[in-house]
Amino acid sequence: MDAKILISVEHLYRYYGHYLAVEAISFELKQGEVLGLLGPNGAGKSSTMQMISGNLAPSAGRIRINGIDLLDDPKRAKAEIGYLPEQPPVYRDLTVDEYLAYCARLHRVSKARRGPAVRHAKQRCGLASVGRRLIGNLSKGFQQRVGIAQAILHNPAVVILDEPTVGLDPNQIRDIRSLIRELGESHGIILSTHILPEVQATCTRVQIIHQGRLVFAQTMQELERRLTSHVLLLETRQPLDAAGLGAIPGIDNIELLGARRGRLHFTDNNPADAVAAYVANAGLGLVELALDRQTLEQVFVELTCSDRPEAAEDAA
Amino acid sequence: MIFTIALRELKNLFLSPLAWAILAVVQLIMAYLFLSQLDTFMLLQPRLAGIEGAPGVTDIVVAPVLQTVGFLLLLVAPAITMRVFSDEKRNRTLTLLLSAPVSMSEIVLGKFLGVTLFFMLLLLMLAAMPLSLYAGTHLDAGKLAAGLLGLALLLASFAAVGIFMSALTEQPVIAAISSFGLLLLLWIVDWSGAGREEVTGLFHYLSLQTHLESFLKGLFSTADLAYYLLLIATFLVLSIRRLDQQRLTG
Repeated sequence: MDAKILISVEHLYRYYGHYLAVEAISFELKQGEVLGLLGPNGAGKSSTMQMISGNLAPSAGRIRINGIDLLDDPKRAKAEIGYLPEQPPVYRDLTVDEYLAYCARLHRVSKARRGPAVRHAKQRCGLASVGRRLIGNLSKGFQQRVGIAQAILHNPAVVILDEPTVGLDPNQIRDIRSLIRELGESHGIILSTHILPEVQATCTRVQIIHQGRLVFAQTMQELERRLTSHVLLLETRQPLDAAGLGAIPGIDNIELLGARRGRLHFTDNNPADAVAAYVANAGLGLVELALDRQTLEQVFVELTCSDRPEAAEDAA
Repeated sequence: MIFTIALRELKNLFLSPLAWAILAVVQLIMAYLFLSQLDTFMLLQPRLAGIEGAPGVTDIVVAPVLQTVGFLLLLVAPAITMRVFSDEKRNRTLTLLLSAPVSMSEIVLGKFLGVTLFFMLLLLMLAAMPLSLYAGTHLDAGKLAAGLLGLALLLASFAAVGIFMSALTEQPVIAAISSFGLLLLLWIVDWSGAGREEVTGLFHYLSLQTHLESFLKGLFSTADLAYYLLLIATFLVLSIRRLDQQRLTG
């Protein structure tokens, strides 16, 4: 894939006093990618995003947006970015239309394109009906959507969204997710979130930040493969017969979780059909036979809860 | 880009009742001052008529009123400037400006221009009163123009100082109190007349008031103009530095 590299971050460091918030983070974002940044609270996600959006100066490191160095030529680099911070930067005293028109002017959208740009952003974020209302009187979810509209208004190459679905209802979350996927086709998107299924639903790549360091970086396909299970969970009415199950071809070993429950480990092909046939033949009475999936949540917990530094390094 | 920000700032001021209230209150007090000063002039006029080269209506009515209005605006200006940056920081809306393709100087200049435009509007309304004297008498147009120019420069200085103080803190009230304190100090700094010659000279130069006085006398000197321009430039540069530094320290 020869997609354009939209963001390249090299060895980013950020100190707050003596506290090291972001340590040696490097990554790239290509066109057509949706990058999910995960991490526990205070891991350095927001700091990283603030640095990429030019709101915070890095202590060391280099950020290039669409090939333009953010520190050398901030104006041109910033023109390529749409940024939604944790708290949407909306003026409560303005109406949605006034606010978006002002944002368009700030982002140097030409006069002729300003109207269509505002209309388009409003329509995409489901704001068409509230254009004339004061932002301060809108609900949190609508304010969040105004924030997203502001970020995509000027059609930037890169959209950075810090927890975009906070405060939205389930329907809006679905809308925003599909909006993100849609945007992801033509733009590069970085989004941070605490909601793990969101990452699985929207992102093409996942990075986990823990204590300021990048501890996990994989594409969604790699992750899927990693998460593909090699364990079957079996529960029957009659006590399990370990020796008989072990004889089924494909099963490497059996871990009994009680008389009637067991975990069957296999390597290549899923032997579920053979297991089912065996259980039926032996008259054990099948209650449950399922793949024991490892979820992103488990990966996340594994990486961010362990205090062992070697675990983090292995994963990275 | 500067004008976009300035216009927004000006419009934002009028969205809150504060700006309207200030316009109304200042206008009212100015009217009272103006009328009482006019009264004094009416009393003095018969005696003045006999004196050769006596001070005219511009000196007796307009100059003192403008002088008092200058001080009055010193009390009021911090209320206008206090919210410029502190509110944006508090509501986290400064992010919008910082992530837009706009430089820090453009942001500060835009805000300064917006606030100054508001002050000029205020000044225009105040100028209407002395101008109304044209209906009945002759005014010294040069003196009036110099006085208004002096007041305009003074107001622009108030704006620059207030904006800097607002960039320092997230609390509008603290910004108001500290810009009021600094402005008042600059106003009264030459009152310490008892010191040595060179010290009082310095204090005399630093004072906001002395430079306004020469404008009110109808004296347009580049030294006074330079004083105000330097003051404005200093505080605008300090504001830019302050905001840049905030980006560094987070």
